[in-house]
Amino acid sequence: MAERGAVVEGVRAYRLIAVMWVRSSMTYRTSFAVTLLGNLMVTGLDFVGILLMFSQVDSLGGWSLYEVAFLYGLSATSFGLSDLALGSLEGLGGRMRDGSFDVLMVRPAPVLAQVGADRFALRRLGRITQGLVVLCWALVSVDVEWTAAKALLVPVMVISGAAIFCAVFVAGAAFQILAQDAAEVQNAFTYGGTTLLQYPPTVFGKDLVRGVTFMLPLAFVNWVPAAHVLGRPYPVGLPGWAAFASPAVALVCCASAGLAWRAGLRSYRSTGS
Amino acid sequence: MGSGRLYAAVAAGGFRRYATYRLATAAGVFTNTVFGVILVYTYLALWDEKPHLGGYDQAQAVTYVWLGQCLYATLAIQGGGAERDLMERIGTGEIAVDLYRPADLQLWWLAADLGRALFQLVGRGVVPFLFGALFFPMAVPAGTAPWAAFAVTLLLAAVVSFAIRYLAALSVFWLMDGRGVNQVLMITGIFFSGMVLPLNAFPGTFGEIVRVLPWAAQVQMPADVLMGETGALRAFAFQAGWAAVLLLAGRLLQAAATRRVVVQGG
Repeated sequence: MAERGAVVEGVRAYRLIAVMWVRSSMTYRTSFAVTLLGNLMVTGLDFVGILLMFSQVDSLGGWSLYEVAFLYGLSATSFGLSDLALGSLEGLGGRMRDGSFDVLMVRPAPVLAQVGADRFALRRLGRITQGLVVLCWALVSVDVEWTAAKALLVPVMVISGAAIFCAVFVAGAAFQILAQDAAEVQNAFTYGGTTLLQYPPTVFGKDLVRGVTFMLPLAFVNWVPAAHVLGRPYPVGLPGWAAFASPAVALVCCASAGLAWRAGLRSYRSTGS
Repeated sequence: MGSGRLYAAVAAGGFRRYATYRLATAAGVFTNTVFGVILVYTYLALWDEKPHLGGYDQAQAVTYVWLGQCLYATLAIQGGGAERDLMERIGTGEIAVDLYRPADLQLWWLAADLGRALFQLVGRGVVPFLFGALFFPMAVPAGTAPWAAFAVTLLLAAVVSFAIRYLAALSVFWLMDGRGVNQVLMITGIFFSGMVLPLNAFPGTFGEIVRVLPWAAQVQMPADVLMGETGALRAFAFQAGWAAVLLLAGRLLQAAATRRVVVQGG
């Protein structure tokens, strides 16, 4: 019961802080519009790269442009959602170094909610928007015999994928408490993860695919369920029900990340400055 | 000679400043290596489908990837070098102090940025490149001549990269805020330097155009010189030409900007 209370309190604190940041950024509307457009373009460059590649070839790793666009749309949308929710965790190391993290520790609100909502930025909607546009384009273009189960898998993938990436953000933040100057390591798993998942699994080495399937289960963001939707064999042998396992995987990831965050928070030592 | 010593000291300061953050550097090495691995696999798939795309074979495409990761921080491809400090000083008005110094503003920042670039090359760039050479087939030349030519193209690339970012930083004299410009620097830097795809693999007329823009001097030219895809002298001329044009434009813009500087008293 106490757990539940903490979650409710955390969500409430998160909402209050996020709304405050939204209001503050809306004070300068032109600046907001420009940064939103910039975010849309920066995050869209990856897809421009894929389009450039397909201007030279008809398939990549045996997958067509529409199939790769399907992967890209899923990866970019779910990562964009987690980036909107918790992308600010990237700046945690900075708060540790300048000592302002201590202030968050003494406030009567959950620390994770405070750092998660810190500098909450609606410009991050840019990544979600371009991801959704590519996803919709892929959905109407790709050659799939749609069934109710397959259609249901699409929103399930987006939501579980976002949850998995959120877990990566939180675990990365826990790591930053230990290694305060290592925000870039987190980037390797967050930005690196979403880039990896934009390409078909057949492109990568077997060991790498096994690693992101069984060790750091990013493959459940899109690779495994999308392979089922597209009727393609997944390069690493998995039972048939694995395509529907994303929500369970996301739950386990979030629970482990939560434990890691608690352990990290307990080990925190202030710089004292 | 005295002023030469001054700029050397500024460059050494730039080097030392970035060398202070060892853990951050190690983390950056890790990230560049992870991205290198991801890109190598996608490029191998692309070159599998279309061998000799852009005149590269697979080993050359792999070499290009690791060179890109090696130079990403060195040439501040997405921004984040001396221009950030300069923008901040213009924004806060501290630039007035810089203008009083008995040193050339552009050379001062060039020296600081070259010092930074040298550290990023040694501390952050070399390890991912060696990792790539160890685990993937690469097309690296034997003998000292190509490496010597490569070193010259790197220096010229660093100057062109600085010259572009210096122009961007000076725009803050008029815009007062560097955020939008930084975003433009990031988009153009990543795309036109060939971080998304080597410029020689860009299709048609669009490819022709991107290959003569100044950003082509950053990764594409050093890569082509190292792998013997282009004559060293041609590459030097291309890079030096853009460096001269952009540095000159920087001086003109600087003159225009300093004429209108009004420092708010405080």
